[in-house]
Amino acid sequence: MDLRIDRRSVERCRDLAGAIVAPVEAFIAAHSTVSVERAVLRLLGVDGISAQEVPLPNTILDALPPHERARGVALPFGKALAETGLEPAALAAEIAGGRYALDEFASTPQAAARGALARFVDSALDRIAAMRAERAVRLAVLPQLPPPLLYVIVASGNIYEDRVAAVAAAEAGAQVIAVIRSTGQSLLDFVPFGPTTEGFGGTYATQANFAIMRAALDGASEKLGRYVMLTNYASGLCMPEIAVMAAFERLDMLLNDSMYGILFRDINMKRTFVDQHFSRMLNAAAGIIINTGEDNYLTTADAVEQAPAVLASQFINEEFAHRAGLPDAQIGLGDAYEIDPDREDGFLFQVAQAQLAREIFPDAPLKYMPPTKHMTGDIFKGHLIDAMFNLTSVMTGQNIHLCGMPTEAIHTPFVGDRALSLENARYIMSTARHFGDEIALRPGGIIERRAHDVLASCEALLERVAAMGLMAAIEAALFADVSRAPEGGRGFDGVFERAADYWNPFEERRLSPGRPG
Amino acid sequence: MTKLVGPFGDTRDDGKVQLSFTLPVDWSEAADEAARQLAGKMGFREVQVVEGRPIASGFSFFVIYATTTQAVDVDGIVAPSAGAHAMSMEQIDALVHERVGRKIRVAGACIGTDAHTVGIDAILNMKGYKGDYGLERYHEFETHNLGSQVAVEELVRFTKERRIDALLASQAVTQKGSDITNFTALSELLEAENVRDNVVLICGGPRVTNLLAGELGYDAGFGRGTLPSQVAAFIAVTLAERLRQGRPHW
Repeated sequence: MDLRIDRRSVERCRDLAGAIVAPVEAFIAAHSTVSVERAVLRLLGVDGISAQEVPLPNTILDALPPHERARGVALPFGKALAETGLEPAALAAEIAGGRYALDEFASTPQAAARGALARFVDSALDRIAAMRAERAVRLAVLPQLPPPLLYVIVASGNIYEDRVAAVAAAEAGAQVIAVIRSTGQSLLDFVPFGPTTEGFGGTYATQANFAIMRAALDGASEKLGRYVMLTNYASGLCMPEIAVMAAFERLDMLLNDSMYGILFRDINMKRTFVDQHFSRMLNAAAGIIINTGEDNYLTTADAVEQAPAVLASQFINEEFAHRAGLPDAQIGLGDAYEIDPDREDGFLFQVAQAQLAREIFPDAPLKYMPPTKHMTGDIFKGHLIDAMFNLTSVMTGQNIHLCGMPTEAIHTPFVGDRALSLENARYIMSTARHFGDEIALRPGGIIERRAHDVLASCEALLERVAAMGLMAAIEAALFADVSRAPEGGRGFDGVFERAADYWNPFEERRLSPGRPG
Repeated sequence: MTKLVGPFGDTRDDGKVQLSFTLPVDWSEAADEAARQLAGKMGFREVQVVEGRPIASGFSFFVIYATTTQAVDVDGIVAPSAGAHAMSMEQIDALVHERVGRKIRVAGACIGTDAHTVGIDAILNMKGYKGDYGLERYHEFETHNLGSQVAVEELVRFTKERRIDALLASQAVTQKGSDITNFTALSELLEAENVRDNVVLICGGPRVTNLLAGELGYDAGFGRGTLPSQVAAFIAVTLAERLRQGRPHW
């Protein structure tokens, strides 16, 4: 299949995305956030909770006066390490217990702080590198089935129940397991601690839960002879911290969008831009594939009208990701099958959009999301719509395929629902495996014209955004019809300007082991 | 005259039903038999397990056709309407435009110490719930989602300042009756500040019922599974009616 798209227009879109993102990157470079600094503490080995059940990274950061915070938490923490001779975890516990305060050590020389930190910075980077290497080894020994990788969600609220459901799904053919988060976690300005057995519409993302699920899937992988991937959500107010936990526990993918939280969760845009950058630097180092959230444009508004916004968001996500050091192979750009099933030739439009992304982002592991908006209690029709979605995915060479559930609009999936859904996908993708290679699209036909229209409209949209600036464009509701103010939304109080002597040891090392600072 | 009806397969009163379920056992012929006996215990007759297969270790899936002898009198059934004012977003916007003549100002929050914004977000955030858009998406609503852990005093101050027409208070946590305490505190403070009649006061949460809302002095209560359009329709219709009757408003 070839859409014969205008390559100059694609180049122009990329140039525009660069122009849109550059000023935001300048803002990012001049700022940090409480979540970035808490991520630095987590990287250094700070974990656990205080007697009041506040996560220790929060306890430490909250106690840091604003003028100290502006220089980054690493220096004052490093000074305390140098003076006390404690390990980071022990020091954090002592600070939480009130036995030390970070400002006691203000007069300690910076060199001493850097010296005391070096070992722990190295060990964090080594741990991330080791997890990345272990993934590579496991993938070599336990190769995955060919893409599209079948991806399903578990969401019981209880990590131990999720573990059972995840292993059953893997046995039924799932290649990627997502543990959906408890609703509302994206708005928490801290990461809960320890294994959890209660949640609301999902299971809390905690490092302990990550480890429990990783171990269960490693067991299933060995039994099945193929590596089963694990994913979670680096979105919301704690993107950088979740990225640290995921890197440490060898998650393989993370949902991680540059604008999702702003538009759909009313998280402050400055907070999100700074947070997404640091989290993506971590993901780059950890070899974690990000999944972006363009599907949300389609579930909240008309899917036919929003197609140019999806493509524009893909260009912007790609640009932000590149600037954080992510290679194309780790950028899972999103799209979804959400056109109204009653619309004549809707399938043709879906193929046009999916193939368009394939041709514009040839090396990106595209993430394809299933129909949700038009799913009803009619599970039989739902199963048919899912089959068309599966066909679109395999014929356009999508990589990460979130399987649609016939019971989408009814309940969080039953074990039987997942099995039916996976069977549907496996059947369609097998019976039509090379269909896309065998057909040529009619020049000037409906599919080609639709793709050309979407690309042209995307270019026009990016022109408008570039002319206004991204933050102003978001305020003017150019994306998803939602207006967000640059200083509105949640988490803005956690954004601060960096002092001239701000220092983040991980940023300095670009999170890459062996690369000198 | 009663009219008894039962399931219709291909002949009247043949009572044919289909069902499917998963059993937490490895598949075997005994598992098929277990599924058949289970359907029999459900009261079905002529049970045929037309499909039984393993779906994972320790799980088997079954498709069954069977017969029921049960029947019901359809004419004798009175079912309460699912939503008092079932309307689409476009219809609601049109109603507000015509009968209120300005945007309706809505504010919502999780009050007290509750941080579970799932309910209020489902109703207010643009994305909405189950494909039903949230109030932020409505053209004729000016929506303020104040988020979680909003003090009752803060919410009342905001209501007065912005002259809020419809106020949504959400509570998911019900431990030790904290939801009732917070809901009551809000309605009492609105009364004390003399603005109770200016707002359409709504409470929501997984344990909230319309009956409970009435007892607490609220205009309506919405529980689990509520769609944003149901809340939007209630607000629009109630406010339009108050304006028509010349009752107090901002």
